[in-house]
Amino acid sequence: MSPEFSDQAKKKIREVISRYPKKEAALLPLLHIAQQEFGHISTESEKVLAEMLEIKPIRVREAVTFYTMLNRRPIGKYHIQVCSNLSCSILGAETLIDYLKKKIKIEIGETTPDGKFTLSTVECLGNCEEAPCMQVNFDYNGNLDKKKIDSILNSLK
Amino acid sequence: MEEKVITQNFHLKNYFKMDVYLKHDGYQAVKKALKKMKPEQIMDEVKKANLRGRGGAGFPAGVKWGFVPQDVPKPKYLCVNADEGEPGTFKDRYIMSHNPHLLIEGIIITSFCVGIRQAYIYIRGEYEAIAQRLEQAISEAYEKGFLGKNILDTGHDLDIIIHRGAGAYICGEETALLESLEGKRGHPRLKPPFPASIGLFNCPTVINNVETISNIPAIILKGAEWFCKLGLPKDGGTRIFGVSGMVKKPGIYELPLGTSLKDIIYKHAGGMKPGKKLKAVVPGGMSAPILKADEISIKMDFDSLVNAHSMLGSAAIIVIDKDTPIIDVLKAVAKFYSHESCGQCTPCRIGTSWINKIVKRIVEGKGKKEDINNIERLADNILGKTLCPLGDAAAMPISSIVGKFREELESYVSGKQNDKKM
Ligand SMILES: Cc1cc2nc3c(=O)[nH]c(=O)nc-3n(C[C@H](O)[C@H](O)[C@H](O)COP(=O)(O)O)c2cc1C
Ligand code: SF4
Ligand code: FES
Repeated sequence: MSPEFSDQAKKKIREVISRYPKKEAALLPLLHIAQQEFGHISTESEKVLAEMLEIKPIRVREAVTFYTMLNRRPIGKYHIQVCSNLSCSILGAETLIDYLKKKIKIEIGETTPDGKFTLSTVECLGNCEEAPCMQVNFDYNGNLDKKKIDSILNSLK
Repeated sequence: MEEKVITQNFHLKNYFKMDVYLKHDGYQAVKKALKKMKPEQIMDEVKKANLRGRGGAGFPAGVKWGFVPQDVPKPKYLCVNADEGEPGTFKDRYIMSHNPHLLIEGIIITSFCVGIRQAYIYIRGEYEAIAQRLEQAISEAYEKGFLGKNILDTGHDLDIIIHRGAGAYICGEETALLESLEGKRGHPRLKPPFPASIGLFNCPTVINNVETISNIPAIILKGAEWFCKLGLPKDGGTRIFGVSGMVKKPGIYELPLGTSLKDIIYKHAGGMKPGKKLKAVVPGGMSAPILKADEISIKMDFDSLVNAHSMLGSAAIIVIDKDTPIIDVLKAVAKFYSHESCGQCTPCRIGTSWINKIVKRIVEGKGKKEDINNIERLADNILGKTLCPLGDAAAMPISSIVGKFREELESYVSGKQNDKKM
């Protein structure tokens, strides 16, 4: 079944493609829109985007497998991405990652059975002055400790 | 109080909005540059200001603009590098969220100077909220006639387009950025040809960092001489130092080039957190070779750091305390580069992942005596043998950590080191 973009997304897609002198340059923005619409980039989405941009589906696959923010499989409603780079690890990121694993009972790269959380570690988020930190979907959370993690998790419904 | 170029109004409420920005001399530089100056005059002024690139390499901005051929019929492009992937770096995020109109002013002036009608801001994908704020500021600038067709009745047109990355450090490298913008994997291109002549869509292209471009309006308003005097003769202006790690007051500090590292850490960032002692400092983002605690009286400018066999890079200062085992630092560095190598060249692809495997083994307590020498040898075999500077950016900090903390590292593989605290 081929994925159906919402009308709003279709409008945005047309507008985005018109911004570039070459259609295929709109690939990354379109992938962002597709991921926002469907949560991940399926093989079917790849085909649809390839058609829109008049490129081969393999070109879309090449991009999807290169960029770490693009998910090829469905992920949880909340994607918890903990920074494990230097400034965060100096300030205890590792302990917090272990705490999160125990708390939501999954390993890095896994999704909870109810589909609520996916846990990942990521490289520097550009938020080092608030280390240790994590992104939940696109929201930044800094100066983390166990208590703060508890309250963030509790607030996610 | 030291004079500032970019951050002086960051404390003002809603400074990111057009009406507030205009009340504080906003868009005066654009008016002056487009109405009272010729493109050649602008380029001269920027050259005289000795504004060196803030993205990492420190190349003089005015000189770079001068490389763009003016006699070709193709369109020319500006790419603003807002990828900000260098670990420890967060300054551009502050500029874009607190002062987006300053960046837009800089883009307008740069484009007018070089004859550019289309500018892209390539912003890292994680900065979604910042991208929205930029979009907002850009649409305000269109409304006021600072963007679009026939800006301020000068006949100059300009569009700014925001392009979000999707998680790849290598896309901060300028030619990988171009590939990524064209819709491909971020694989760096072989240079030459340089982007100034063959860049985005095979057209002449200027690529500059967010902070570099954000210095332009002040140079136009206050002049190159003023700008030079703020910093050093060959390295004009200020830098926005981003301090993180084990300090009391992590954050951004805009200070003159040439400020000592010691002052930045102890005077500005409040010194070490209570009970913590300084062990080492990464002075310019993760790619910069590490400095030991006794090397911090150094002045923070491009040339001083090169003389100390390190680099100013993105001016991101990561402060490491004595309770942090050096193997943890090495682990973070090795993991990062093996993850971010794009895989095009063998020494970088194999070298970084091999080093990462060895370091992991050491962390697990299974290290062997020869491991330390092997890490050094592998790093040596990456250095200078790769297509883009990421290879060197991996090899240099790793070699410096091994070189400066050999004894501690050896203690992890000799069975002596079981207690993590040194
Ligand atoms: C691996 C790698 C990553 C880089 N990442 C960035 C970055 O995130 N932001 C940036 O401005 N420059 C980055 N650079 C430097 C750019 O290649 C380029 O030199 C810079 O954008 C030019 O702008 P400037 O002259 O204003 O500094 C990176 C370089 C390399 C080799
Ligand atoms: S040095 Fe590394 S990152 Fe750069 S092109 Fe080669 S493999 Fe890719
Ligand atoms: S090191 Fe974690 S945000 Fe930079």
